[in-house]
Amino acid sequence: MAIFGPRANLFMNAALLGATGGGIVLLLAVWVVPVIGYNTQERFAPQQPIPFSHKHHVSGLGIDCRYCHTEVEKSADAGMPSTAICMTCHSQIWTNAAMLAPDRRSLADNTPIRWTRVYTLPDYVFFDHSIHIAKGVGCTECHGPIGDMALTWKARTLSMSWCLSCHRDPAPHLRPRDQVFNPHWQRASATPSGAALMAAYRINTENLSDCGICHR
Amino acid sequence: MKPWRGTAIAGLAGAAALGLAACDNMANQPKLNPYELPYGAQTNWPVTPPPHVVARDEPEHPPPAPPVTMALLERGRQRFDIYCSPCHGRFGDGNGMIVQRGFPRPPSYYSDALRNAPSQHFYDVITHGYGVMYSYAGRVEPADRWAIVAYIRALQASAGATVADVPPNQRSALQ
Repeated sequence: MAIFGPRANLFMNAALLGATGGGIVLLLAVWVVPVIGYNTQERFAPQQPIPFSHKHHVSGLGIDCRYCHTEVEKSADAGMPSTAICMTCHSQIWTNAAMLAPDRRSLADNTPIRWTRVYTLPDYVFFDHSIHIAKGVGCTECHGPIGDMALTWKARTLSMSWCLSCHRDPAPHLRPRDQVFNPHWQRASATPSGAALMAAYRINTENLSDCGICHR
Repeated sequence: MKPWRGTAIAGLAGAAALGLAACDNMANQPKLNPYELPYGAQTNWPVTPPPHVVARDEPEHPPPAPPVTMALLERGRQRFDIYCSPCHGRFGDGNGMIVQRGFPRPPSYYSDALRNAPSQHFYDVITHGYGVMYSYAGRVEPADRWAIVAYIRALQASAGATVADVPPNQRSALQ
């Protein structure tokens, strides 16, 4: 009886190919799948109960971010507008618009509008809007061209490497405090340098990438 | 089929299922985040708190008007531009962007009635709303309401100002 049968080569080739292919699939699964846009939802605009347009309200009408996101300067959470905030204007204008029907129903039934989250972090990350605002990080640093988004899409991956890229070198991401909420701000020649802003805001990078800064 | 094979396959499948379940990696912990529904809550949870509940930071009595300082006016201008200017306009003439888009026009701050109105009136309107204007109590803190009132007073004073009212060392900036 022969040790290797007539199909031994076939089995061997199949095993080698399978091992190589399997290895490649495994590497892709570990290294590539987590960072592709489909997985990070980057540039993805989830469906919302009301197709709210930041472009119309922010760039078109010039409404400040804080008119609706009232908590952003003093709390971890930016604050989603209550139905009453929408109705401050929409009790008088666009009162019959079909796309605002969920808003009117929310007011009549006294139940909040259930928006779909665009930006979400795992529960072990403790992000705080207020400190970023206070230290001169503009909204658009993380939220992209939010003032020009007809539908809100996720502008950044929110991956840990992305967070750390700024925590290790914040200077290029800072702006004067009075420009934090300006969605169209551009660095000009008269703008104080990143290093000057770091000093003015007393940002110390020594501890900024410690684990405990974001994980508690 | 050998008897241990079925057990092995079931064991592997179980391990794979456990592995997938572990992918959550404590991303969803049993704690409540803002806007998160409590476990097992209905989607139509009541938004009105139980009776007699007050906000932790709500002052028992409205604070008295603080002394007017430059810092207060700057704060007032910032808050006015955020919350009031969409309708009242940056100058308080009642011709803001939302009014231009069809919202009923509010009275100008430069009318005699509002020039002579007590400061408390502006504070109360911010707190409780007036006519078609909603309450801004949830958006503008009591201290900021006084800052806005001070800024409105400054706007009213500036409307009738002459060059003689400007300090001499700053007059050149106007010319």
